[in-house]
Amino acid sequence: MSEIALKPIALPAPIPVRELLPWAVFGGLMLMLMIYFVGAEEGATSLIRSMYVHEFVHDGRHLLGFPCH
Amino acid sequence: MVGSLLLRGMLVGIIAGLLAFGFARVFGEPQVDRAIAFEEQQAQAAGEAPEPELVSRATQAGLGLLTGILVYGASIGGLFALVFSYVQGRVSGFGPRGTAVLIALAGFVAIILVPEFKYPASPPSVGNPETIEARTGLFFVMLVMSVATAVASIGLAKRLMPQHGAWNAWIAGGTAYVVVMAVAHYALPPVNEVPEQFSAVVLWNFRVASLGIQAVLWTAIGLMFGAVAERKLVERRGRQSVVRAASH
Ligand SMILES: [Zn+2]
Repeated sequence: MSEIALKPIALPAPIPVRELLPWAVFGGLMLMLMIYFVGAEEGATSLIRSMYVHEFVHDGRHLLGFPCH
Repeated sequence: MVGSLLLRGMLVGIIAGLLAFGFARVFGEPQVDRAIAFEEQQAQAAGEAPEPELVSRATQAGLGLLTGILVYGASIGGLFALVFSYVQGRVSGFGPRGTAVLIALAGFVAIILVPEFKYPASPPSVGNPETIEARTGLFFVMLVMSVATAVASIGLAKRLMPQHGAWNAWIAGGTAYVVVMAVAHYALPPVNEVPEQFSAVVLWNFRVASLGIQAVLWTAIGLMFGAVAERKLVERRGRQSVVRAASH
């Protein structure tokens, strides 16, 4: 018993890569697309043909450090 | 487990984004307004007609800024959770809270600070619209290089650690990162499009505000995600030990 009580708290086991991979691929892509819309859409490249997204998030784009006009 | 950590990361990112938005309103917006005033004054002096506003200044500085920072915060929070899910118990031997703080520190240095030294944040009217593609390309080259070099340097330190000890391993890893990034800063072309008459004070304050926004965001994500992840991971272990105790 005393041996168990003195043991430092065990760290959580690593999450298996097999479990992590699908989340990393699909989640990672979705999250980077979100950053793209804040940081670069209708600037250097454009998926939507208007300037609305660019103008709407314009202050954030400059203040978050993305290149702009 | 990964899904619930990802969700928690995004929620933490949104709360951190709210804090960063508050900081941006107080320290960032006055500089943006001054830069836009300069831009309008320059256009007027050149005899150009004022550009039509697609989105009003009030919306840009309010709902637009809020949306931009929240979406960015949620994305960084989510990516943070994915990195944490790989690193916890694998690369880092610390508990969840220590691991989260270290990821936040490494992320802030590699993603924000070091790329910023080469291609700093700039207010409106600093930057030529015709070079936006080249500037965006260089910005992302620097970003990807910094992140890849940081990952490789941490890998190097981990590999040296068993034989050379933690101090020497981290000195070697840190030196490798600094040397590679110094070469990148030296070799990549400079971007200098600050107009002659642009206020140096406004430019400095804008860049400090920009770094401050990121510092608030990354600090809040690191501290809050660590606490949330610990509860999640310890809750699971707690239940297991209760089951074990009950079976005795
Ligand atoms: Zn702009």
